[in-house]
Amino acid sequence: MKFVDEFREPELITKTSAEIRRLADPDRHYRIMEVCGGHTHAIYRFGLKDLLPANIELIHGPGCPVCVLPMGRIDDGLAIAQNPDVIFTAFGDMMRVPGTQGSPLEHKARGMDVRIVYSPADALKLAEKNPDRHVMFFAIGFETTAPSTALTLMRAKAQRLHNFSVFCNHVTIIPAIRAILDSPDMRIDAFIGPGHVSTVIGCRPYEWIAKNENKPVAVSGFEPLDILQSIVMVLRQLKADEATIENQYKRVVPWEGNRAALRAMAEVFELRPYFEWRGLGFISQSALRLRESYAEWDSEQRFQVPGVRVTDPKAAQCGEVLKGVLKPHQCKLFGNECTPEHPVGALMVSSEGSCAAYFNYEHRKTAMVTSIASVA
Amino acid sequence: MCLAIPGQVVELFPDQPNTAVIDVVGVRRKVNLGLLQDNLPVQGDWVLIHVGFAMSKISEADAIDQMRTLRALGEAEAAMQEVQGYGMETGYGMETAENPEPSPGILMPGLKKDWA
Amino acid sequence: MAHGAGGKASRRLVEGLFAPLLFSSSSEPLGDAAHLDFNGTKIAITTDSFVVKPLSFPGGSIGELAVNGTVNDLAVSGAKAEAMVVTYVLEAGLPTPILEAEARAMGNAARKAGVTIAGGDTKVVEHGKADSMYITTTGIGRPIHGLKIDPRSVRAGDKILLSGPIGDHGITILLARGELDLEADLHSDTRSVLPLVEALAREAGPGVRWMRDPTRGGVATSLNELARDCRLGIVLMEETIPVRDAVRGACELLGLDPLHIANEGQFLAVVAPEYADAALNALSLAPGGQDAQVIGEVREQPSGAVLVTTRYGGSRIVDMLVGDPLPRIC
Repeated sequence: MKFVDEFREPELITKTSAEIRRLADPDRHYRIMEVCGGHTHAIYRFGLKDLLPANIELIHGPGCPVCVLPMGRIDDGLAIAQNPDVIFTAFGDMMRVPGTQGSPLEHKARGMDVRIVYSPADALKLAEKNPDRHVMFFAIGFETTAPSTALTLMRAKAQRLHNFSVFCNHVTIIPAIRAILDSPDMRIDAFIGPGHVSTVIGCRPYEWIAKNENKPVAVSGFEPLDILQSIVMVLRQLKADEATIENQYKRVVPWEGNRAALRAMAEVFELRPYFEWRGLGFISQSALRLRESYAEWDSEQRFQVPGVRVTDPKAAQCGEVLKGVLKPHQCKLFGNECTPEHPVGALMVSSEGSCAAYFNYEHRKTAMVTSIASVA
Repeated sequence: MCLAIPGQVVELFPDQPNTAVIDVVGVRRKVNLGLLQDNLPVQGDWVLIHVGFAMSKISEADAIDQMRTLRALGEAEAAMQEVQGYGMETGYGMETAENPEPSPGILMPGLKKDWA
Repeated sequence: MAHGAGGKASRRLVEGLFAPLLFSSSSEPLGDAAHLDFNGTKIAITTDSFVVKPLSFPGGSIGELAVNGTVNDLAVSGAKAEAMVVTYVLEAGLPTPILEAEARAMGNAARKAGVTIAGGDTKVVEHGKADSMYITTTGIGRPIHGLKIDPRSVRAGDKILLSGPIGDHGITILLARGELDLEADLHSDTRSVLPLVEALAREAGPGVRWMRDPTRGGVATSLNELARDCRLGIVLMEETIPVRDAVRGACELLGLDPLHIANEGQFLAVVAPEYADAALNALSLAPGGQDAQVIGEVREQPSGAVLVTTRYGGSRIVDMLVGDPLPRIC
């Protein structure tokens, strides 16, 4: 696969890991946060932690849009779809996320019309094909995904398609990073920046992290070589006592971002004054909702939404894991009450949530694994 | 939010300028080019696909540049060590033949200010 | 719903609910088929149900799946299928041409696989039940000489062989449902693996410890089951696992792991190390076995789990799925 396989070349991975080990100061303990859930997933999928020296700790950040979605919002979306005229559509990521009465898939088993879509455009097409039903698209995602929802809504409006609406749970990444840095029990040395969000917002929005917080950021791609090279970059900066934003993912990320995408978002969305992030609490100006000019395509305006707040069980330490204060296995519920099969918190539901990733890919690896790695 | 895959534009539609068929090692899908409307891709271009929308054009030049940088890792270091062995610690902004002009986002190994 | 997907929930349903109530002997590990001995006459017997949407897809249809699936269950248990009986549960309103097509497909598949369809039954249920058609089969066969399959005989050091590329069937079905708007030149791999198993038995029979056809839940589920049954670890080498480009592309696009995707024409075999070369040779030379690979080995650790390693030294645990693999965008 072009533009994929080259960045998985084993020899280069070994070489880059060696460079990391060469750069890491043995007297120093590095805490590097990868913001984006996609990076968390990639780190586990490619076993990258096995390649890092012990004094480099990767902290998993809050960039998992499924993980930070409060349970009440899932209940709200499902409540709308209780109406038999409504077809509930969402990405596969949402299907197993539990609301208080069960997940979308569980509702499907009980008779609700729930369908997985790969693209918001597919949800719109479904509305076109089913004029006597109402298609509701449960939108999630950061700035990577919001522009696609925006374009879809613009198209719905242009086509005057009224049997379509979006239940909008898009969130923005910068406030989440701010919340992490503002957290008193936080100590992060550098960031691996979200590469795909940055194709939309560019690299400028991270400049305050370097200027005001004095932390290096490498905006990173998602292949093993991308992530490893990003670690090289921030290590070099730390070594030189520097803090700048570097674009590791140059082949894809434009420094100024994608103007057309930002235009589409501005046309359709506005910032909510505040929004609740599961595990992080209420954060102002951190989420999107549809503008008044798109009220007709806003599920929250078209339908009655219960809007009930659901608090997580006190024992669930999702917030601390999200902020990187605790490792997944340090949460008391991890592996016992809370497993991917019966998740208590959302970090265990989404496959990129730190707890699920850790549970699925890591925690049964024993110390013998490093010697096993040289099979054949 | 993050799963995006490189695909090649294999079919365009003159009557639908914002649509293309992309190919990922034999898997094909129609994608929306609306986010690239300021700089539409042409047949053969590679784009990054996320939820059925093209997010960005992929620069082959930058990809090659990155690979070159990575391949040079360790070699510049070895070269540096050799140079240091001759007592020539200050780099004088040494440029290797491979990358005469380091791009802003990618630091060449060994070409750091510590040697200035 | 998760209980039908072949992974953890299915296993719990069978082991936790059915086994204690139905099976007289709980000491035998659950396999694909039961080998019974009636005063010296050895018969292998298996039963299976087939539910697929859409009924017909590139490379086959439910009828072929039913025949090949039954033959394969017997084959990987070490038996040659001789005959089967079939039950059709039909949804009222199912158009006759579709039923005819499936019956024809089954007949052809049975002839190709060398198995006799000895009889059957039909039931019709209300419209809205049965997803058009469900097929249940029971197959019987005779043990293949030279094979003694027993997960308890698996030892650290044994090699894991895979008969061919994985993911073809599951991805074909996913694409055929039309919900994801993806197109690819792919077809189901549904076929009888009996000829390959027989070749294996001939050349490496004494070394074959265990076999399984990785259907729903994929290679990951089958190997996890083995790891738990024999309380050993399974270590796979990622770069040796054969996957077609188009399957890989679809999996990358959808965020799926080929190890979790269903196959209908492949099997896994655990072979003693001294027989591994002969086993691989036998498979690669047999028709349809040219893509066979050694994909890993059994180790003491990680006990009860499956680990996938990469050439550059990274590794990850691969678990059974809970429910069906779902596409993701994150």
